[in-house]
Amino acid sequence: MAATAIDPKRLDLAAEFRARPFGRHSPELQGLLDTMRRAENCQNLILVSISPGRWVLGERQPDFKPPRLFEDEVFDSLEAGEWAAFRRRWRALTGQELNLP
Amino acid sequence: MKGPGVVGYVDALYAHPGDEVTVRVSVLDPGRRYRAELVRLICGEALGLKEEIVASGVSGEHLGELQPVPIGSYAIVESLPPLGAVELSLLVWPTLPGRGVQSLVSLGGIHLFLDAAGAVTLASGGETVSTARPLRSRAWYGIEARYDPATGAASVKSTPIPGVHDDIAAEASGRFATPAKPEAPLLFAARRNENGTTVEHFNGKIEAPALRSGTVAAEWDFARGIGTTAIEDRSPLKLQGRTVNAPKRAVTGSRWDGSVHDWRRDPSHYAAIHFHSDDLYDCCWKPSLRFRLPADLRSGFYAVRLQAAGPPFHVGLIVSPKPGAARAKLAVLASTATYLAYANYRRRMLPGPFELSMGHLPTVDMTDVLLAEHSEYGSSTYDTHRDGFGVAHASTRRPLFNMRPTGRYWNFAMDLCLVDWLEAQGIAYDVISDHELQARGLELLAPYGAVMSVSHPEYYSLEMLQALEAYLGRGGRFMYMGGNGFYWRVSFDPAHPDMIKLRRAEDGTRAWAEQPGQYYHSTGEYGGLWRRIGRPPNTLVGIGFIAQGFDAGSYYRRTAASRDPRAAFIFKGIEDEIIGDFGSSGGGAAGLEIDCYDAALGSPPHALTVASSEKHSQAFLLVNEEMLSNTRGVDGTLNARVKADMVFFETRAGGAVFSTGSIAYVASLAHNGYRNNVSRLTRNVVERFLDPAPFTLPKPQGR
Repeated sequence: MAATAIDPKRLDLAAEFRARPFGRHSPELQGLLDTMRRAENCQNLILVSISPGRWVLGERQPDFKPPRLFEDEVFDSLEAGEWAAFRRRWRALTGQELNLP
Repeated sequence: MKGPGVVGYVDALYAHPGDEVTVRVSVLDPGRRYRAELVRLICGEALGLKEEIVASGVSGEHLGELQPVPIGSYAIVESLPPLGAVELSLLVWPTLPGRGVQSLVSLGGIHLFLDAAGAVTLASGGETVSTARPLRSRAWYGIEARYDPATGAASVKSTPIPGVHDDIAAEASGRFATPAKPEAPLLFAARRNENGTTVEHFNGKIEAPALRSGTVAAEWDFARGIGTTAIEDRSPLKLQGRTVNAPKRAVTGSRWDGSVHDWRRDPSHYAAIHFHSDDLYDCCWKPSLRFRLPADLRSGFYAVRLQAAGPPFHVGLIVSPKPGAARAKLAVLASTATYLAYANYRRRMLPGPFELSMGHLPTVDMTDVLLAEHSEYGSSTYDTHRDGFGVAHASTRRPLFNMRPTGRYWNFAMDLCLVDWLEAQGIAYDVISDHELQARGLELLAPYGAVMSVSHPEYYSLEMLQALEAYLGRGGRFMYMGGNGFYWRVSFDPAHPDMIKLRRAEDGTRAWAEQPGQYYHSTGEYGGLWRRIGRPPNTLVGIGFIAQGFDAGSYYRRTAASRDPRAAFIFKGIEDEIIGDFGSSGGGAAGLEIDCYDAALGSPPHALTVASSEKHSQAFLLVNEEMLSNTRGVDGTLNARVKADMVFFETRAGGAVFSTGSIAYVASLAHNGYRNNVSRLTRNVVERFLDPAPFTLPKPQGR
């Protein structure tokens, strides 16, 4: 898939996603999410509940193998996990770290 | 951080008080010890797990064993006359050539197979003769093999059947130094190893296998016996066999040319069987626990809770009243057919752009991860086989990873919201199931004043639909408490009583598409959406599937029709215009999969749409069966049809139907300590529906 463009200056869109990861988004944020979610180099993330209320990110694997878990960071909500995935993808697609105040 | 250390299944998804229940258990934990309890399930993990231990004979510590799973389908002929020199022939359509050794025919010491490269090979002991020409995937070939134990002469040949490829024939011959005896059992699509386990399962279709040896001239015609486990030999010797692990029948064969689509019209076009190395009908585990349900056990959602190391594994079970026993006036109809269709869903753990359709990351727990680690427990009808073809069968004779109060907030786990609410409201109820409905039909429903569906009764057989229609036809009251119901046709095949079958034909929101020419079930029923078959859900419950989105829920807004005196009972004590702007599934009662009124699809003209949802997100997309071609503007922010309609209508027989049109609805019932307008509205409907006073059809307008 061709490289996709995400404008690393659009921190406003990142802030919008952090504030409301689920539900209606602005058309620009939705476009950004569609781009991220299509990108093959960071598409296969998954959230795995390791115990009630505790989540880690993982990466889905081919050939019916179980997901590879990233156990270094544990999230206490789905929203926190979504935000961590967003930041990973931002880094993968822009080459820049995403740090919001 | 690990998954359950023990798994299991019960022999039947429903039971009655006093029945004996058999549990088959495999202990993965090396200690092989586990604890078992019978638990009544009241509320799922999402709202705070509530389960009650019920004293029973199953309670306590047990010593178990690791039980293997004989996954992979094949056919077997158990006995044969004495054989000398043999000639084998068959047609094959491999789907994964080059992906490991795959057996075509095994006959005692003689083995005909595709080698690791996909070339046809005959072997005896360690000696082989191979064409050395790999077969191509999804192309038909004629295969021949000969072996003479007297001389050791052996030969194989593969000949492509003319088609849209340019492959050529290949053959090879040789001589085996060590004599081997061709003898029973004869297996197609697998080989038995020394300890009796079948291995090297074939992926693809096999047609018209034949065996000639002296006076034996057996020809198995797979066009005969479709819908059974039998494979029939046309020869006078009638060397009959059977299939194991439910390979797919009523599939197109080498003669199929598009001129026939119903296998019953010309079975000769359907003379193939599609085998898969990951077909599974029966784990065949030894019984581990047998216990009798207490005679006074109340009806409900139950589980046999197994626990070794790691989290518990719940083996779900519906307990319904004995036939003829006293009953509550209200029945909750647990959608066990749908639970089964979703059981062992793996796709969300595989790579792919999952979020483009779901609007969020896939979520799983360690029980799901355990499933991913154990492909031998089979897949769901939302998955594909390893060769890319859809999984069309779902069996109960294996651990089912979704009939539990934990994990994905969906089906069984979400339906417990309804149980929790009924308990909190003090409303007496029974729980019955699709499987019992299939077995007993109208007789099961007839005693109830009202029947309530669960959140997502998606998979329905003709017999189940007919039973519901008959119930309504005699004045029954039905509360459709969910979304995307009555959508796909399934069949219960008498040859495989613990399995549902499915053909995702033609159209619909599909995990995979059935192959052309294979839209008819092995029962002879035309598969696919009930909407396409001519029985849209709209004609039963007033609404049908319109959109889905999995990121957030929304709310309903009351319509002018909600002020109609006919609907007054629904809104008694409710002044709010907005209904359900809260809930534990995405924050709104209208969410996940939603349905709407459509007169063109048979929604009754007199039905009242008393509330409709609005303001859905971009993740909510119109279902593709609503579109003749791709179009923009189908998401919840742009398309006014993306809405859940709450509908009520009376029936001619004095009964009535109330439909919520949303899977997420039941997840709003418990909000604010059950004090909310969704709870009140639902209670209003239950109370009126349990009142035997007949409903009256409105006078037709304009006459």
